[in-house]
Amino acid sequence: MQIIKQYWELFLVFFKIGAFTFGGGYAMIPLIRNEVVKKKEWLNDSEFIDMLAIAQSIPGPIALNTALFVGNRRMGFKGSLFSAAGIILPSFIIILLIAILFAQFRDNPLVERIFKGIRPAVVALIAAPLLGLSRSAGVNRKNLWIPLVVALTVWLLKISPIFIILAAILLGLSHLAYLKILMKK
Amino acid sequence: MELIDLYIALFLSFFKIGLFGFGGGYAMLPLIQREVVELHGWISVADFTDIVAISQTTPGPIAFNSATYIGYSAVTEMGFTTGYGILGSAICTLAVSIPSLILMTLVCAFFFRLKGNPWMESSLSVLKPAIIGLIASAALMLMNGNNFTDYKSWIIFGVVLAASVKKVDPILLILLSGVAGLLLYPT
Repeated sequence: MQIIKQYWELFLVFFKIGAFTFGGGYAMIPLIRNEVVKKKEWLNDSEFIDMLAIAQSIPGPIALNTALFVGNRRMGFKGSLFSAAGIILPSFIIILLIAILFAQFRDNPLVERIFKGIRPAVVALIAAPLLGLSRSAGVNRKNLWIPLVVALTVWLLKISPIFIILAAILLGLSHLAYLKILMKK
Repeated sequence: MELIDLYIALFLSFFKIGLFGFGGGYAMLPLIQREVVELHGWISVADFTDIVAISQTTPGPIAFNSATYIGYSAVTEMGFTTGYGILGSAICTLAVSIPSLILMTLVCAFFFRLKGNPWMESSLSVLKPAIIGLIASAALMLMNGNNFTDYKSWIIFGVVLAASVKKVDPILLILLSGVAGLLLYPT
């Protein structure tokens, strides 16, 4: 009984986080910290920072990675299934309802006019955080060429983002290998 | 049979998106767009932009929102009923989550101290700036004739960009630009 309650609690906490965080990813971090560190005390602050580093180092949505980590640390693999279900379900339900309803309104001229105004705004919202994010990603004069080359090749040459990701990892690894060889000499 | 093939294609696409979606959120957009708009043509660029708009006004990560939406619409656009569409949503959502589940289970099991590992740090030192480039490319790819129909689009873009840099709430900005669309584009 006690164990079922703990799984249920994991589910509920992440359901709440999934239901109330707009904008995903970075916007969710304060809310997750409030629930997981302050209220439930499942992690302390330094574990929380480590978890964020791991969640951002592996692929996939950061919110999902965070949920998986906390679930796994508390209740093992099964726990991570419950926390993942919690974080996934709110947006699944909401978007499914929108998809079903939106299909009926899509060709309505009124809706089309509204979205004509919204579409350029969406592009602006994607572009706006670039400057702040560049700073936290450690972009400086020396490595500014990396985001520029990536943006231009993906945009103009239609290079696959998968290729870019693999090339970036490979470049990082070979840079370190090169430094190690230099040091041995 | 056609339906099974579609489910398999959706699963594989979203599995790829989950597996290579470093940086989360907007950084995953070019990858999603490439798979669902360019390679498979499940939705148009305008529809894709609408999904991003819906994602910005509803809770939850963009990757889940697009998985749910595209899973449903790709299946129903082919003439299958709502029930099959819901199954499509579930398949895409699972597919995009499975890579994270596997990787995080490994990380927790072996207690990889990823942080501080020099190989990890060195990869991230290139990966992080590259992710900034991916987000920029997402914005650039959406700046096309479908989304920017005339000079009014550029005015909305400029105003929202300035307001967003000043930290105005994105949901409010989306709602206001919807109203702007109604006012600027009379029938």
